[in-house]
Amino acid sequence: MRKTREAILKHKALYFIALPGILFFIVFKYIPIIGSVIAFQEYNIFKGFWGSPWVGWSQFEKMFQYSDFLRILKNTMLINFYDLIFGFTAPILLALMLNEVRKVLAQRIIQTVVYMPHFLSWVIISGVFIGLLSPSTGLINTLLNAIGVDSVYFLADESYIRSIIVGSGMWRDTGWGTIIYLAALAGINPQLYEAAEIDGANRWQQTWRITLPTLLPTIMMLLLLQIGNFLDFGFERVDVFLNPFNRENGEIFDTYIYKAGLLNNQYSYTTAIGIFKSVVGLILIVGANFVSRRTTGSSLY
Amino acid sequence: MAIKISKARKVFLFSNMTILIIISIVMLLPFIHVFAQSFSSANAIDQGRVSFLPVEFTLDNYSFVFQDASIWRSFGVTIFITVVGTIINLIATASLAYPLSRRELKGRKFILLMVLFTMIFSAPLIPTFLVVQSLGLLDTVWALIFPTAISAFNLFVMRSFFVQIPEELIEASRIDGMGELRILFQVVLPLSKPALATLGIFYAVFHWNTYFNALMYIENRKLYPLQIKLREMIVDESFITDPTSNFYTTIMSSSPEGIKMATIIIATVPILLIYPFLQRHFVKGFMLGSLKD
Repeated sequence: MRKTREAILKHKALYFIALPGILFFIVFKYIPIIGSVIAFQEYNIFKGFWGSPWVGWSQFEKMFQYSDFLRILKNTMLINFYDLIFGFTAPILLALMLNEVRKVLAQRIIQTVVYMPHFLSWVIISGVFIGLLSPSTGLINTLLNAIGVDSVYFLADESYIRSIIVGSGMWRDTGWGTIIYLAALAGINPQLYEAAEIDGANRWQQTWRITLPTLLPTIMMLLLLQIGNFLDFGFERVDVFLNPFNRENGEIFDTYIYKAGLLNNQYSYTTAIGIFKSVVGLILIVGANFVSRRTTGSSLY
Repeated sequence: MAIKISKARKVFLFSNMTILIIISIVMLLPFIHVFAQSFSSANAIDQGRVSFLPVEFTLDNYSFVFQDASIWRSFGVTIFITVVGTIINLIATASLAYPLSRRELKGRKFILLMVLFTMIFSAPLIPTFLVVQSLGLLDTVWALIFPTAISAFNLFVMRSFFVQIPEELIEASRIDGMGELRILFQVVLPLSKPALATLGIFYAVFHWNTYFNALMYIENRKLYPLQIKLREMIVDESFITDPTSNFYTTIMSSSPEGIKMATIIIATVPILLIYPFLQRHFVKGFMLGSLKD
């Protein structure tokens, strides 16, 4: 005990330097997590936290009874599911393809081009896509008209919105996502391939037996993180595409919480949804991590 | 020794390259289309005649955007939060990452776990909003700076960089009588320039693109950062729906579509200008950024 105190006193300057950072996490991360107890209140802006009445689990009951809840849950899960199938696998394939390019200059140029969209904001990306998909002036419909197909108003039709959300995300981040895989691929010892070659393994066998097993820990780590975020998809990338015509199929939890919570002042109710989202995310990531550790040996912690 | 390349291998390499080139073109085409429309006349755009080259070249779309004073003000706000915000980000991140990288700090495992937890269990939106509100930050630029002062991920990246700095060096500085703060600023940080550059870029791009926080925290139109202004122009078409807009008083060959595209180009150019510089750093930064201890 005394030893600990002495050690702390000896290095008190270190604690002093750490203080603002620790304070940041307490004020902007942990107080809001503790403040989530307003989900058990009927929070009133004028009465504040201390004056608002406590209502137990009724906000959560209201959430599960509300018919739109299931629709939003379905949208969130479907968009995440499509993103997992297409958005998650695309960078792996692209990295494998880039890795096969032997000309350094060509590889550089392609990388420069495919990384670029990542740095654009979602507002800009929605502007680009809304322009491309415009029924009167957009490139896609101009091309459709050229082959005799009538213009489609993609953004005013709820059946396209999920594809647009997932597709625009892939346009922005597929290239960026390859960086982490390319870093792992660069670490493979070339002698492994030479030895495999001598043993008579062809390129496919080399890819299956050497390349993919090397990538597996990285793939699993990113997969676990993505599963943990299954009820989040990010507010910005969805909000910029939503309009009254496509909201039915495009609304996810993040956009709903903003709309119902901040714009319509249902503070307690949307905090209950937020807690539901975070708790489910935590269960998913812990569960997926458990399964992954048992089956593949890789885990996040 | 010349290695004979089989015919199947040649076919593979060729088709691989072809697909990659097609992917690159798909990545570029939207830019080129936006660029072409921004320089095209209203007529050409409305008739759907613009694809990849400007048709009936005009600068009217740009001059319309440049005459809008509120765009410039938004640029100013964004430049301020990008510069000041990034400096605060780097100082705050480094000053927590440094103690956490030193073995002398008791309880650093606990603090690291607390930080890690915030990455997998995010604080709900409304309570965060209430904290920002009760601190009196609403409708100030600081609401776009303080609540995002440290990113947990970047903190881990910087810490793993600091851990690699030889302990002897820090010990020697202590013996020379340097205090911890001086060691951080005069020994550790100068050795960490690659990490500072990479994380600085990530933070700066984050601030430049900030949208949701501004939507939540800023109501005063004079403090609108660029992305909110862009959203108004591109998605909500405010310059058409607002009856006081210049759009109805200036007679030019600009069209709503062309104006929107010009706005996109103007807001993208700063990012594209620093992009070559960015690219040199972020790949390196990713290599540093393993979360493992």
